[in-house]
Amino acid sequence: MISITVQKQLGTLKIDAKFESQTRGIVALFGQSGSGKTSIINMIAGLLEPDCGHIEIDGRVLYSSETGTNLKIENRRIGYVFQESRLFPHMTVHKNLEYGRKRTSSDDHKVKYEQVIGVLGIVHLLNQKPTTLSGGEQQRVALGRALLANPDILLMDEPLASLDDARKSEILPFIEMIRNSFDIPIIYVSHALDEIIRLADTLVLIENGEIAAVGPVEELTSRLDLRRLTGRYDAGSVISMTIDAHDEEYGLTKLSFVGGMLRVPRISAEPGSTVRVRIKARDVSLAVQKPEGISQINILHGTITEIGNTRSDHDATTPHDIDICVDIGVPLWVRITRWSLDHLDLSVGKEVYALIKSTSIDRQSVGQQPRNMEKPL
Amino acid sequence: MDLFTPLEIEAIWLSLKVSIWAMFWSLPIALGTAWILARYNFRGKFLVDGIIHLPLVLPPVVIGYVLLVLMGKQGVIGQFLYDVFGVTLAFSWRGAAVAAGIMAFPLIVRAIRLSFEAVDQRLEAAARTLGAKPVSVFLSVTLPLTMPGIVNGSILGFARCLGEFGATITFVSNIPGETRTLPIALYGFSQVPGGEEAAFRIVVISIIIALLALAGSEILARRIRVRLGGSS
Repeated sequence: MISITVQKQLGTLKIDAKFESQTRGIVALFGQSGSGKTSIINMIAGLLEPDCGHIEIDGRVLYSSETGTNLKIENRRIGYVFQESRLFPHMTVHKNLEYGRKRTSSDDHKVKYEQVIGVLGIVHLLNQKPTTLSGGEQQRVALGRALLANPDILLMDEPLASLDDARKSEILPFIEMIRNSFDIPIIYVSHALDEIIRLADTLVLIENGEIAAVGPVEELTSRLDLRRLTGRYDAGSVISMTIDAHDEEYGLTKLSFVGGMLRVPRISAEPGSTVRVRIKARDVSLAVQKPEGISQINILHGTITEIGNTRSDHDATTPHDIDICVDIGVPLWVRITRWSLDHLDLSVGKEVYALIKSTSIDRQSVGQQPRNMEKPL
Repeated sequence: MDLFTPLEIEAIWLSLKVSIWAMFWSLPIALGTAWILARYNFRGKFLVDGIIHLPLVLPPVVIGYVLLVLMGKQGVIGQFLYDVFGVTLAFSWRGAAVAAGIMAFPLIVRAIRLSFEAVDQRLEAAARTLGAKPVSVFLSVTLPLTMPGIVNGSILGFARCLGEFGATITFVSNIPGETRTLPIALYGFSQVPGGEEAAFRIVVISIIIALLALAGSEILARRIRVRLGGSS
């Protein structure tokens, strides 16, 4: 269990954060740059001292202003993956990986060296110097180095931010694998919602140094009142689904969830496993009658439960579009024009059909969940 | 026929001995000073920095004279050293090593300080999160990354020691077999009629030593660059 309460005045920004997480898996700290996310995990790591507060990981107190506890950085048993890999340039990859490991007593070696280099695919790099590696390879080694220090918790500060999109999608599966293979909680700082939706279990929304909301990713990303934090353009719903079967002939995967069934482009995961699918509100359309002879193969029946403000929160002009929440078993957000709203005569309680284009759900929108995780390797 | 005259061998040997001992005492102190100047801010830092740089801007004779006053047999420090350790610095090769070390000190500090400042402190933070204590971080991360500066500073300092003349001759004079290093021997020959040939030989010897030192340092620097992961 993670329990964090910290206060710190940083120039004009006052950080006053309190959150807890009972679960294993990934807790994501999400907020705009300058909102204090990195400062919070730096306080957990001991790189920054809070003015007051209490930091506890799995019953071990790292910091407490009440009792005067303030463990040194090197005694906190944290693994920190920074935005830049921060590998030691004068050491080989192997020496880098060994750096934290040889400083922990061998009784604590719950993370096995061979397993880590296997999972991260860095066996062939062991004798190289970090400067000869690509950005993605460097970050994989940095992940391994932090893991091999046998930490009680892994802190990741935007580990993908300095990589291009191709490298990002190269690293993401490794972070998923770390979450699934090792029994170590992870705190993941990011300002990229797609990463969080793919990786995180619990979401902590941060605004101006304070916690705006804490909860499951599916719930917080669907809440209208948090839209200004989670982003309006990318607004959508996150829904957990189970893989039913793969349709090899058409290259599709059949997913089932409480609201019915969804066909999406082929996902590389075993049938029976749970995935989290993100459906952007602007990729969904509405019909008042069940449409026929249409190319959109995902048609879901539901009831309108909420219609968003016709006026924007931020400026006085009336927007051309509007967000509507449809209950299809789970909340599904739909973005349509106000013209459609009026012409279809939509109102709360009305039954509608939501149409989702399969191809709008790309592989980036699907995160694999470790719900039916087997024993760690 | 021997390659060198006994006098030349004596001067070469003495020059090397004085320079090595000068580096031996000044390098560790320079390392500590550079660390403090690179990493800490304190009141009077400007003043400390200025005093360290004095040997670089003052005429060497001034330094030699101050040393003579302070460390001569009658000087405050000189008397203390004699009473407590039985060591005399004035007019001995040890004094020459002290003078050379002081003259080289600012050069060594400068080079190492720049190198300390160039070390990415984020790497040190990363090392701490991996469980390394501050001393361990210094030895395993900071010091190896500072190596180019330490080598550079040592070479500059060693060269400065080999060439030291003004402070040395003022403090420890020109005593054959004790303080007559290469530059002082050269000066001696240039002052007597018919000494041109002997003086010329010392010029050549000095050039050879300088070239050897440069070649050696280049090989060392290249090795370090490779070790630090850059291209050679």
